[in-house]
Amino acid sequence: MSEKPIVKDLKAILGADSVLTAPEDKVAYSYDAAVVEPVIPIAVVQPKSEKKLGKVITYCYRYGVPLTVRGAGTNLSGGTVPHENGIVVLTGRLDKIIELNVEDMYAVVQPGVITARFARTVEEQGLFYPPDPGSQAVSTLGGNVAENAGGLRGLKYGVTRDYVMGLEFFSAEGDLIKTGSRTVKCVSGYDLAGLLVGSEGTLGVISRIILKLIPYPTARMSMMALFADLLSASQSVAEIIAARVIPATLEFMDRFTIDAVERFSRAGLPTDVEAVLLIEVDGHPAQVEDEAKKVESICRKCGALNVRTAKNDEERDKIWEARRSALSALAKLRPTVVLEDATVPRSKIPQMVQAIEEISREFNVQIGTFGHAGDGNLHPTILTDKRDHDEWKRVESAVEAIFDAALKLGGTLSGEHGIGVAKAPFLYKEVGRASIKYARRIKGALDSRSILNPGKVLWLNDCHRE
Amino acid sequence: MASINRLIAMLESLEDDLVVCMRCGMCQSVCPLYRETRLETDVARGKLAILDGLRNALFEKADGVAKRLQRCLLCGACQAQCPSGVKSVEIFLKARAIISEYQGLPPVKRFILRKILAVPERFHRVMNFLAHCQKLVFKDTNSLSGTSCARIPVPLLGKRHITPLAKKPFHERVPSMYRQSSEGPTVAIFIGCLIDRVFPSVGEAVLKILSKVGAGIYLPGGQLCCGIPALSAGDWATFRNLVRKNAEVFSGEKFDVLVTACATCTAVIKEVWPVMMDDEPPAVFGKIRKISERTVDITEFMIKYGLVEKGKKLSGHLKVTYHDPCHLRKSLGIWKEPRAILDSLDRYTFVEMADADACCGLGGNFGLEHEDLSEGIGLKKAQSVIDTGVDVVATTCPACMIQLSDMLSKLGSGKPVKHVVELYVDGL
Ligand SMILES: Cc1cc2nc3c(=O)[nH]c(=O)nc-3n(C[C@H](O)[C@H](O)[C@H](O)COP(=O)(O)OP(=O)(O)OC[C@H]3O[C@@H](n4cnc5c(N)ncnc54)[C@H](O)[C@@H]3O)c2cc1C
Ligand code: SF4
Ligand code: SF4
Repeated sequence: MSEKPIVKDLKAILGADSVLTAPEDKVAYSYDAAVVEPVIPIAVVQPKSEKKLGKVITYCYRYGVPLTVRGAGTNLSGGTVPHENGIVVLTGRLDKIIELNVEDMYAVVQPGVITARFARTVEEQGLFYPPDPGSQAVSTLGGNVAENAGGLRGLKYGVTRDYVMGLEFFSAEGDLIKTGSRTVKCVSGYDLAGLLVGSEGTLGVISRIILKLIPYPTARMSMMALFADLLSASQSVAEIIAARVIPATLEFMDRFTIDAVERFSRAGLPTDVEAVLLIEVDGHPAQVEDEAKKVESICRKCGALNVRTAKNDEERDKIWEARRSALSALAKLRPTVVLEDATVPRSKIPQMVQAIEEISREFNVQIGTFGHAGDGNLHPTILTDKRDHDEWKRVESAVEAIFDAALKLGGTLSGEHGIGVAKAPFLYKEVGRASIKYARRIKGALDSRSILNPGKVLWLNDCHRE
Repeated sequence: MASINRLIAMLESLEDDLVVCMRCGMCQSVCPLYRETRLETDVARGKLAILDGLRNALFEKADGVAKRLQRCLLCGACQAQCPSGVKSVEIFLKARAIISEYQGLPPVKRFILRKILAVPERFHRVMNFLAHCQKLVFKDTNSLSGTSCARIPVPLLGKRHITPLAKKPFHERVPSMYRQSSEGPTVAIFIGCLIDRVFPSVGEAVLKILSKVGAGIYLPGGQLCCGIPALSAGDWATFRNLVRKNAEVFSGEKFDVLVTACATCTAVIKEVWPVMMDDEPPAVFGKIRKISERTVDITEFMIKYGLVEKGKKLSGHLKVTYHDPCHLRKSLGIWKEPRAILDSLDRYTFVEMADADACCGLGGNFGLEHEDLSEGIGLKKAQSVIDTGVDVVATTCPACMIQLSDMLSKLGSGKPVKHVVELYVDGL
């Protein structure tokens, strides 16, 4: 079907003010936060109700129009870059918190609710929604579920998946599917929510989410430990966990990142250290105090040059400011930033960091690494200028080398950023062709007309798009 | 197509600034406009992307991009928190100027900007005429906040509740002044159009404050607009003219500091003048830079020169809250100073409102051209003020004062809106 009648029909379904077709508007939905080639859609729609959302999908199914759902468009894998014959469906107007049940500790939300706004609202009721991706100030809960977003608190509190109790979503045909419930236990039917979490918009369009909440921890304490070498930092991580202390956050920054942060914000980080750990323990006050002491003494025993414990909120903010500014500090060095998230088993962090340093030298590209030491999720951040073709080629090779290194150490291509199109050519390396074929059979069965975010995730190898 | 190529060539100068945006989307968290519409072209990322699109020949005409660039409060919130350091406001201003140079300004706009704003005598004559007419045109809607709304429909003003023009502008009350001081610094004063025309009492408060510290005062006559209305309309030529003439006006005497009580003027003189005028001949640019480097906001000046004593404060019986003008907090990072001043006033108790740094929604021309959006943003602000239950709301920008009065009045609240320096001198 050609563009004109589709636009006309969509306007009839949604109202003309919810359909964007001007070239300028379409270009503004051709990209996301990943460094991939933009693709311009044929139209962009912004449904104002769940019902209208369903109608759009039914329509797309009938006429075989590909659709890509877009929350905040902050994913780092090209997951919201649309199909050239497809439309973009925005969830921004589906942004209501439908129910916040304090007694039973759950919430029901629409997919366009912004993560940080939700977390704040929940906190006001003394409850806690832990998943905190670095993009939480803008990301949507729908996007978080579809990417299975992680964050700083993954080690102790898990990731988005661990908080999804149930979903409502539209199938490719536009039927409303309900799965899971408002109860902690529920075994009625297949765990379809499990299938949808992390499916990057390829298996259904999420319209409602039931999220689990937990009590807000009453106390917390933050520390910063400086190390002269990587090994003792990693030794500390291992020993902290061996001592049965599970910090809420356990973050790592390498030398390159520390230098950048220091130059950028003068946070008072000494630049002669090789690694910094930023640690926060939370929970009951007595337990927090005890754990903080343990953490401090373990770090010292493992050879930390210095351990600072925040004595008040101001000092705590200072510590986390250093971590929060890591990406900004790096990003300011060069125009293009490629943010990877290769992940390895926790104990393999030193080898991985070393491998990244070697890759940086071998391909002559700048890489700063920071990330979640507690769960082995590193963010090697490559700084470059996409306009320099020669350098860009080297960057692409370096990215592939990083993937290979992570896989060799028993890790994964992506801890939390998703596969999208950016990592699709490499997926087979991790899971094997048979797994992709199996997943394709599921996709084929659930999306027979291939309209749900086609061209994402399931590539069989680097030259074959579906 | 040939002519769009000319535009593309003109946009070349923006390339190095445009590539800095990594499309992370973090600007969505602070953009007041995006919060209302959730549309990508309303936030910096989208605007930068379509500008890049224009540069890369994705569009046949510039109109669509120009229209979307105008949907922006130029509040600088995106720039202040951008992890990549994108100078978005500077880019938007330059792009507006480049595009309108290419397209030509619409005749009415050009007439107003070039023939009225840029010529002081004519500007004052027109404004005096308007001040005289306003009793005929407006009826009072709220005597406390002092706003009125149009009696007869004025298309440009829509349904705004307007703070009336003063009967006698500041420059007629105090045409010029030069007073040397033996101890203190010599302080130049840049008045700005809105203080001159709408809030002359703010200007008088500034004079009182400077006298109190025993500073030398240099208030040259013939001051002009800082230029931002022209620049945001894309009229680079008028902007340049205004800046050049202002630089001339302030070159008569030596001064150590230049103060303004208008957050927007301060930000424009400090941040916009130097980057937009850097291709002037060195002699002219030197003058401009000298002014720019010495410019401080009045509250910053007051703190620096010890006008606020800490500690010995009574708890006041009136409650006051403070609205952060974007141009002061986001552009210049000044937010502690005005609070410290309010906190020191014996008659007042300071109460923080929710989202005190959220934009008031005026954004210069934006408020007139996109009234509904502006109102959507502004009413939220007014509600935050009302929720605090204060007796008065203070701020440091006359434009914000107009918008706050308008919005409060629309919500039926007659809370007075005052400049921080007015409250300060009240207690002297
Ligand atoms: C600065 C920065 C920091 C980041 N930090 C982290 C981090 O710490 N941890 C982390 O995990 N990620 C992080 N990310 C990546 C990204 O923010 C997350 O993947 C986030 O979950 C995306 O949310 P979004 O609303 O932007 O989704 P989008 O980017 O809009 O969409 C993501 C995917 O979900 C699909 N989708 C969106 N809504 C729906 C729906 N309703 N139904 C079905 N499919 C849908 C889209 O089609 C797309 O495939 C970061 C990104 C940036 C730019
Ligand atoms: S302007 Fe800054 S914050 Fe916005 S998308 Fe670009 S880099 Fe990110
Ligand atoms: S200047 Fe303000 S309104 Fe304009 S894009 Fe930036 S944040 Fe949005």
